[in-house]
Amino acid sequence: MMTSILHRATGIALSVGLLLVAWGLLALAGGEERFGHFTAFVGSPVGIILLVGWSWALFYHLCNGIRHLIQDGGYGYEIVQFVRSSWSSIIVSLLLTIAAWAYVLTLGAAA
Amino acid sequence: MSAYPKEYRSPLKKARGLGSAQHGVSHWWVQRVTAVALVALGIWLVTLVLRMLHADYATARELVARPWNAVLLIAFVVTAFWHAVLGLQVVIEDYVHTRWKEATLLMAIKFIAVLATLAGVLAVLRIALGA
Repeated sequence: MMTSILHRATGIALSVGLLLVAWGLLALAGGEERFGHFTAFVGSPVGIILLVGWSWALFYHLCNGIRHLIQDGGYGYEIVQFVRSSWSSIIVSLLLTIAAWAYVLTLGAAA
Repeated sequence: MSAYPKEYRSPLKKARGLGSAQHGVSHWWVQRVTAVALVALGIWLVTLVLRMLHADYATARELVARPWNAVLLIAFVVTAFWHAVLGLQVVIEDYVHTRWKEATLLMAIKFIAVLATLAGVLAVLRIALGA
């Protein structure tokens, strides 16, 4: 099933994204200049594209992870439920990604 | 009746339930425990990042230095890297079939994750303690 391989792919992407979180914390601790390098990368076109990808990966892995936890409890294995919850993971994660970036864009316009 | 036993495993081996890898279900279980923790910590991290969007350097530091933020950040970094290693381990075990490459990758992800975790935790502590 598509959702399973996506769960793995987004998990691998998020592992790399975690290194970015670590870099951000190190830069913040390391002083204003180092933090400037970090925010310059994150705010660059490549950085923004990566952030959009990572934000969707995070929301998808989160939604589908909750779905897996529910399935670990023994629920949702009817074929209809299984397919429906797969689609929920994809659609809800897309909606959350759009909502997060809408917030970023509106805040950017206000600031 | 056959002269051979049907069951080769001793009762003690079964009672311990640790299987051939000697870890039993601990990998599976810890992956779930960290997953549950990361549902909460992940949502919290998204809200923190969104609050830091247009923060300047001093404001960003001040946000991370707040006690609860520092504690939750450290919890996130440790839990997320732990969860990542467990997940990457399964992917490597499933797709890398040359034993030396598999072992090298398994060690490499652990070394990188531990180093990045320690560095991240130290960074948060430096910020929180004002060093």
